[in-house]
Amino acid sequence: MAKNDFGPPDFREMLPPVIKKNYGNWKSHDIPRPGVLKHTSYTGDVIHSVRVASPRLVSSDWIREISDVADKYCDGYVRFTTRNNLEFLVSDEKKLQPLINELDAKDYMIGGVGLSISNVVHTQGWIHCKSAVTDASGITKGVMDKMADYFTGKKSVPARLRIAVACCVNMCGACHCSDIAIVGIHRTIPKINDEAVARSCELPNVVASCPTGAIRPNPKTKSISIVAEKCMMCGNCVVVCPSLKIMDPENDGVSIWVGGKVSNARSGPAFSRLAIPYIPNEPPRWSTVTAAVNNLVEVWAANAKSGERMGEWINRIGWERFFKLTNLPFTDKHIDDFTHATTTFRSTTQSKF
Amino acid sequence: MEESKTPLLDELEKGDWPSFVTEIKRAAKKNKGAAGLLSQLESSYKEKIGHWKHGGIVGVKGYGGGVVGRYCDDPEKYPDIREFHTVRVCQPAGFFYTTKKLRQLADIWDKYGSGLYNMHGSTGDIILLGTTTPNLQPCVDELAEIGFDLGGSGGALRSLSCCVGQARCEKACIDSMDIVRELTQQYQAEIHRPAWPYKFKIKSSGCPNDCAAASARSDLAVIGVWRDTIRIDNSAVRKEVDGGYDIFNRVVRRCPSEALTWDQKKRELTVSAEDCVHCMHCINMMPDAISIGRERGATLLIGGKATVVKGSMIGWILVPFIKMDPPYSELKDLFYKMTEWWAENAKNRERIGELIDRLGYSTFLDAIGLKPLPQMVRAPRSNPYIFWKKEEVK
Repeated sequence: MAKNDFGPPDFREMLPPVIKKNYGNWKSHDIPRPGVLKHTSYTGDVIHSVRVASPRLVSSDWIREISDVADKYCDGYVRFTTRNNLEFLVSDEKKLQPLINELDAKDYMIGGVGLSISNVVHTQGWIHCKSAVTDASGITKGVMDKMADYFTGKKSVPARLRIAVACCVNMCGACHCSDIAIVGIHRTIPKINDEAVARSCELPNVVASCPTGAIRPNPKTKSISIVAEKCMMCGNCVVVCPSLKIMDPENDGVSIWVGGKVSNARSGPAFSRLAIPYIPNEPPRWSTVTAAVNNLVEVWAANAKSGERMGEWINRIGWERFFKLTNLPFTDKHIDDFTHATTTFRSTTQSKF
Repeated sequence: MEESKTPLLDELEKGDWPSFVTEIKRAAKKNKGAAGLLSQLESSYKEKIGHWKHGGIVGVKGYGGGVVGRYCDDPEKYPDIREFHTVRVCQPAGFFYTTKKLRQLADIWDKYGSGLYNMHGSTGDIILLGTTTPNLQPCVDELAEIGFDLGGSGGALRSLSCCVGQARCEKACIDSMDIVRELTQQYQAEIHRPAWPYKFKIKSSGCPNDCAAASARSDLAVIGVWRDTIRIDNSAVRKEVDGGYDIFNRVVRRCPSEALTWDQKKRELTVSAEDCVHCMHCINMMPDAISIGRERGATLLIGGKATVVKGSMIGWILVPFIKMDPPYSELKDLFYKMTEWWAENAKNRERIGELIDRLGYSTFLDAIGLKPLPQMVRAPRSNPYIFWKKEEVK
């Protein structure tokens, strides 16, 4: 008899003894070198964590390889971070430098701690998703190749910078609160194959799925029609009725958003805001996207005060200066016209010229 | 020399960052599905379009979700990925593993699937990428034998996730890993048998830094906080100042509620407890000298979600402070009340935040028996269109 509903492995069985012993009793931490965290407990115990970059999409070979390393230096304990990095947990300080040496020798990239650009949180993309407008892994690879020195600490940044990539507006990667977000978008409305829609979709559900009321039943074709001016290309109807086709390689692409954060430090969590409405898909390396991200990072790094996140910097200097400094055009696309749009319009006479 | 069949993807093996293409190629040496994936992905890169289609529903015994059907749109061309389903495996809280467990997982996935993984998916699960319909059941059965259970999918509670919490962080005000573990065990039915209008996510972060992105990425966020005052070790403060640390500009001046004072003469940092908003800035800047208070609990936020359908939402304060002692009965009780109200009132694919937006926060608070509090709003309403209850008028 198969067992069901027993839940994931208990984390308590996965913890190194020093963590078990000092659970809830950590006193402080510091960063002895880029990519390495040293946590100290009230008991005086210490654990080092060595953080390395992961491509997130990994093979069994990779899993066995990191396991070999962890067996050698970490008594067989590893963890992953919420941003898809891998952490080697070193209980015996004598093994720290030999571990770093081996990781260096094997070309693992150590970094992503403290004032750095950490790993990208991203979605599935063309690799395995039906609604992907772009390939999140490819963009991530292109961007992080460029950002590598900010990950390893060779180049410094004024504050943390979090990048996320989502391959459609479903935003499984929850881009909406990232310092820099890259989001796949459509620019043309779904194409309707009347015969297929009539055969395979429940029309009332399709009509109800549209958040703007752009979809109407079409009694003639026993299908639906879409009011183009009302459609905002969210793709919700396509999920409900796969016979609607929204993919359009010529017009699909990505948008870039800035200034979001989730931390409550200083200011509260904030949404990312539109910086660049559209860049075409440019596989394999998305060079325009990569250059745009690099520009945003460099302008921010050169102008922000120490400790200022992207959004905090923009709030201080104002959007008019942000667009000027980054040399990005401000267009009609940047003015919100969705729900609560008016809350984003400015009423104060305080402008920068 | 033989010409590469994946010239575009090969470009992504260049550069410093670890390459996912290299990983797919490693798996492709052992598994036809992974090889098929590689070829199809090259086509996507060439044509700028995905090749996965909406498929039929797949499942395993006893579960209404946890496996997601995935089919390629040209099975003639790519027969090895005709079926290439996802298995969502619920991760241990905090993403801690022993290598023994990881090796066992890899052995099973090599036997039944592509040998490719996401460590981890956006929600937190271990994502096993790609297997056939007949392999699903034996794969899930063997995973059960080594202690791995499925995660959530569809209109269900999705796998919970959290930050590293008290396992290795001095800032954790709550035991986020234990909370996630306890709720995951309690809500197995809600995770494994979809019965709701849409997904529901719970995430927990140990402190207001919110490393789990709970406020943005979960319908119900449990974020640790303290309600007494921060603790300042002035001998440690002085040590840092003596070392040249610019305490005024880096810490005091940036306190958002002007709660900190640095007395240069006495060389003493003080906090006005009633002014502190518990934002974490000073603690983040001086972890040796400043620490979280002792009266700890959580803030609960409701309604966080990404864009589709009605736009992104960051969770709203539901309970400013709640004690978080195991088995977290008060939180569990609230969860049942809110999901019951949501399931009863929501339209298809309407998240709880969107439902609250449609029906009103007061209506929701009423339904789950919570009193309105000033912490719930940025500001009170600015319009006079107030709904009065029958009993409030003559």
